[in-house]
Amino acid sequence: MSAEALKSPYPLSTEKANRGENPGGRRGLQSRRKVIQSVVFTFFRVAAVINGAALLIIVSFLVANGYRAINWTFLTQPPMDSMTRGGILPCIVGTLCLSLGAIVVALPIGVASAIYLHEYARPGKILRLIRLGINNLAGVPSVVFGLFGLAFFVVYLEMGVSILAGSLTLGALTLPVIIGSAEESLRAVPDTYREASLGLGATKWQTIYRVVLPAALPGVLTGAILGISRAAGETAPIMFTAAVFFTPSLPTSLFDEIMALPYHIYVLATAGTEIEKTRHLQYGTALVLIVLVLGLNLVAIIYRARLRRKRMG
Amino acid sequence: MGRKMDAALKMSVNNLDFYYGGSRALTKVSLEFKANQVTALIGPSGCGKSTLLRCLNRMNDLIPYSRAEGEVLLDGENIYDPKVDVVSLRRRVGMVFQKPNPFPKTIFENVAYGLRVNGVKDRALIEQKVEQTLKNSALWEEVKDRLHHSALGLSGGQQQRLCIARALAVEPEVVLMDEPASALDPIATQKIEELINQLKESYTIIIVTHNMQQAARVSDITAFFYLGELIEVGVTDTIFTRPRLKQTEDYITGRFG
Repeated sequence: MSAEALKSPYPLSTEKANRGENPGGRRGLQSRRKVIQSVVFTFFRVAAVINGAALLIIVSFLVANGYRAINWTFLTQPPMDSMTRGGILPCIVGTLCLSLGAIVVALPIGVASAIYLHEYARPGKILRLIRLGINNLAGVPSVVFGLFGLAFFVVYLEMGVSILAGSLTLGALTLPVIIGSAEESLRAVPDTYREASLGLGATKWQTIYRVVLPAALPGVLTGAILGISRAAGETAPIMFTAAVFFTPSLPTSLFDEIMALPYHIYVLATAGTEIEKTRHLQYGTALVLIVLVLGLNLVAIIYRARLRRKRMG
Repeated sequence: MGRKMDAALKMSVNNLDFYYGGSRALTKVSLEFKANQVTALIGPSGCGKSTLLRCLNRMNDLIPYSRAEGEVLLDGENIYDPKVDVVSLRRRVGMVFQKPNPFPKTIFENVAYGLRVNGVKDRALIEQKVEQTLKNSALWEEVKDRLHHSALGLSGGQQQRLCIARALAVEPEVVLMDEPASALDPIATQKIEELINQLKESYTIIIVTHNMQQAARVSDITAFFYLGELIEVGVTDTIFTRPRLKQTEDYITGRFG
């Protein structure tokens, strides 16, 4: 083997190109590859920036237009004077009740389904059918959930327009999200944990309960909170099942009807008598809603980080 | 070191066939494991040694569409008998895996885990058992001040010794080790090997290894597998100095595999 061959064992070597031989060839190839790389990376970077910017623009738009509406009265009083003055306390309470209700309904069922699908079910026709069902449930438009809730919970089960009916409807809506994220978290738990546990004479259920679920917990909870924030912002499913145009009193039972933030925005913006006059209230309500949702997400992120830190010791 | 060649029979495999779906991984394997001895299973990748190991505590049951035919006797009782409770079988036949796999729990809880799942509730008993097991696994001095810290903060070698301690805490009779040192550096490996040497006084140990020197150092009996069949089995010293078959010699001396 010649010395030259040893020095430049493969054609991408820039040595010849640097010496000015074959200028259009190897050096051209090198720089073309660099250009392609920087173009592609720039595209990725722009895509990421657009994502972040969209959120920033929406939030700052709401803050700029809505901050004047935010004050103590706004947060602690019911609407007054045909909703042109006063606050949105019943809406805040209503939305919190509905989100909490939805998660109480959807989390146990969702996590149980995910455990069944990922840990117990044998691959086969039935499993495929269930998965198909869940995927399609995720694609059902939210207004259809609303109509289903109206027909089934409100009318057929005689719950009336109530927190209960709304929570069940929102729960059904968030179920696919929760099942999906729970299953994803279960999949991320290494099989070696399961084997180690079973190898010590633990039963399958002990393994799931003591090892797999705790390891999957951060992911499961993140999914749950994402589910809540989705539920908190939904309008269509609650307009037939839980929310009303106006009620000054706070709910005292699960069978009470309530006001809710998203529906209140819709009402103020489309059905009020003086839409222009309530413009700042609309922005204020939207701001409160988005702060609530972002706050919930923040709680999820902090909680997950703490769980992880604790585990890594 | 005096070797007990007349030791009692602990486990025996009779005419075992094992299938993953349609493909056969073990063919008519018959092999005996004696109490208080270390048996090494060696052979090239895919020869069936790990499959055999995982048949001994029915860990292979977890693999869909797999099937075992033949007998595996533990103290004379067939573990593949439908009446056998797999959960209590696995308590009697413990396992240490290739990669250290401590649970994402504290060091204490890792060792206590097997006790807890087997119904031990007495806090004092658990504490005493954890300490004793960690001492037996030569880990106590290194971890006694951080028992309630996460096990994931330990080094790889310490994690693997913790996994051994975790397996020993439930007082198994047989300990299966699937290449327990393959992910470790030489010093950690040496510690594991020393531990294996101590442990055989109380346990029957079966170890899969790719490392010929390791097999020669730690085992009393060596079994050589190739393409799902047991080729040769015998006293380790004999296998490594005067193997009966050319195939065994070629593998041991590194001519193939």
